[in-house]
Amino acid sequence: MKLLLSGNEAIAEGARRAGVTVACGYPGTPSTEILENIASMEGVYAQWSPNEKVALEVGIGASLGGARTLVAMKHVGLNVAADPLFTVAYTGVNAGLVIVSADDPGMHSSQNEQDNRYYAVAAKVPMVEPSDSTEAYDYIAEAFRISEEYDVPVIYRTTTRLAHSKSIVDLDGESPVEPPARAYQKDSRKYVMIPANARQRRVSLDERTKRLKKYAETTPLNGVEWGDTRIGVVTSGMAYQYAREAFPNASFLKLGLTNPLPEALISDFASKVKELFVVEELAPYLEERIKLLGIAVTGKGAEASIGELNVERIRRAFGVNSEAETVPEVEGLPVRPPMLCPGCAHRGVFYALRKAKVAVMGDIGCYTLGVLPPLEAMDTCICMGAGIGNALGFEKATGRRDVVAVIGDSTFVHSGITPLIDIVYNGGLETVVILDNRTTAMTGRQDHPGTGRTLIGSEAPELDFENLAKAVGVRLVRVVDPYELDELESVIKEAIAHEGPAVVISRRPCVLLEKKTNVAYLVDESCTDCRRCLRLGCPAISKVEGGVVIDAALCYGCGVCAGLCKFDSIKRLADD
Amino acid sequence: MIENVLLVGVGGQGIILAADVLAWALVESGYDVKLSEIHGMSQRGGSVHTSVRFGEKVYSPLIERGEADHLVAFEQLEAVRWAPYARRSGRVIVADEKIKPLPVLLGVEKYPDDPVDLIAKSIGEVSFVPAVDLAEGAGNRRTANLVILGVLAGGLPVDKEVWRSVIERRVPTKSVEINLRAFELGYRWQPVPDKVL
Repeated sequence: MKLLLSGNEAIAEGARRAGVTVACGYPGTPSTEILENIASMEGVYAQWSPNEKVALEVGIGASLGGARTLVAMKHVGLNVAADPLFTVAYTGVNAGLVIVSADDPGMHSSQNEQDNRYYAVAAKVPMVEPSDSTEAYDYIAEAFRISEEYDVPVIYRTTTRLAHSKSIVDLDGESPVEPPARAYQKDSRKYVMIPANARQRRVSLDERTKRLKKYAETTPLNGVEWGDTRIGVVTSGMAYQYAREAFPNASFLKLGLTNPLPEALISDFASKVKELFVVEELAPYLEERIKLLGIAVTGKGAEASIGELNVERIRRAFGVNSEAETVPEVEGLPVRPPMLCPGCAHRGVFYALRKAKVAVMGDIGCYTLGVLPPLEAMDTCICMGAGIGNALGFEKATGRRDVVAVIGDSTFVHSGITPLIDIVYNGGLETVVILDNRTTAMTGRQDHPGTGRTLIGSEAPELDFENLAKAVGVRLVRVVDPYELDELESVIKEAIAHEGPAVVISRRPCVLLEKKTNVAYLVDESCTDCRRCLRLGCPAISKVEGGVVIDAALCYGCGVCAGLCKFDSIKRLADD
Repeated sequence: MIENVLLVGVGGQGIILAADVLAWALVESGYDVKLSEIHGMSQRGGSVHTSVRFGEKVYSPLIERGEADHLVAFEQLEAVRWAPYARRSGRVIVADEKIKPLPVLLGVEKYPDDPVDLIAKSIGEVSFVPAVDLAEGAGNRRTANLVILGVLAGGLPVDKEVWRSVIERRVPTKSVEINLRAFELGYRWQPVPDKVL
């Protein structure tokens, strides 16, 4: 059966074929669809964890318990999971453990562009990199075999372009892999990393790397494609696909295993070509390692190390002429930034915070769009859960008490609870606004412990944010409907004035979870062109000659604009 | 020989579905196919694009500047924004839809009066499609994506029956009929001579 699969779908199919029976992770573009696809597979237990660290810890437990386990996350998720990663590299595994790290060159939907190949080196674990959906499907079984044979977790690195591009995968003829049975055997010297045990395991890491280096020379994941030997290209992952087009006649050494590197294979390839190029996305990872072998090699240069690679950038970096003649760019076009949806529950909160002129420590999610004009109500966005800690530090440094942290419901569960405890413990006065839209919206509406449903759709106890906040010692806890702007503003005021930390839960489901209402609003002739409603940045409201109009087709019917109009010019219109 | 189709527009216009049908129709016609799209933040009403490349063997899933044989714009301003990706001898299909981006909504910037005029001279063939009107004729303005796909389909090496069967399979069951109608209206649509720019 030939299917057109994204890299993520192919990884899910590959995991099924490889006999994976446990899969876990936390949603994050571009990795999210891996678990969403596995969730519907029979015989596999799949779950969202509160964050990537927990997901990997669950994965380690499952591996020890004898299940081939896949853990999936985006590149920055591996930062969160780095703590268990560096030590499971010591303990090794029982059944195979593969960690998918989905990097985001070009930062399509991320806060940084880190190159996670360095994690494999730092943690001393092997790294497998497929270059299209077929390989994403095929290489999974080999990654599990490596994991078990060498007693090591394997990082499976993808990138946005691999994860979200689709190519043809032939699922026929591949019989499912029957993983060897691996019953758990208690072995505290292997799994309990007290220093005495860890010191012994530390030595075994280097022995393991030695064996893996040998394997790297012969693995089917690495291979040479001979062409014209005047140019030889060493490459891996999606960069291979671009390089094939930039150098259609060259010879290629394509690496599917990028840690450890096959040093003899690289030396041999280099000796047989006249000029050696390295084509890779992001950091000069392969280039530096090949240079350390004493081999002369040309890389893509510093300019092409920033952002996503493509054929044009490779041609430019290596001085290859492109034939295409292009249409000149039209200058001065209005930009089209992403924006909060019509009816988005976050809009009113940012409007109110902007109006209150407070410092707003932001976080990761759709609501980070609150930084853009006209809302412009955000001072920081660092990483998942950072806003609350930022707020405490900012208060301690400035003495300001009008400091607010905003954080989404899923992000709060991910890593907002410990900094909230920090605020209480260290006498902070911050207001934490939990933007509770009942889902993980940005990544495509995944459930989390606050929604009362799991990845496989079963019911679960709903995490109670109000009582959680009270339990950690927050005295002032308020729940508001963000569509009620007046109430929202007065609650925020109360929370900021409160002598002690406060939690405001702004609760209203994401509009993408609900059917559009049959209510719309319109602007009547009493509009004075004061433009206050335009400060909401709603896609349905636009400036026209002498006033504003509301596009009824786009209007969600939230009524926030009507609530702030001082002239009562915005009227409700029900369409029955 | 590889042929490149670049679909551009605004998040929420149904480009992902149109690209999915397109890519499957090409797979069923025996081509090697790669499709590339971006999820995440840009989906929130931002400028979006999806590449579909097909031929005997396709490596890169991305279309480079000047190499799109078909630039299919679901929105006029986006047609202009992405014009540098069109092949000069290529074909541009533009839906007559205008969606105001944020700076225009706020009255800070102006939406060009006739955006397509800005590029018409530089490109071989521009078809200006009344996609929303045709979609309303099919029964739902939200099927404009299938209308545009229908217009595109006329210029691609895929049999008519293949389109039909792929739409039946890839579109949610309850909206198959209406989407087939929309596709058909696009497929049969001919530019009115004075509308050809």
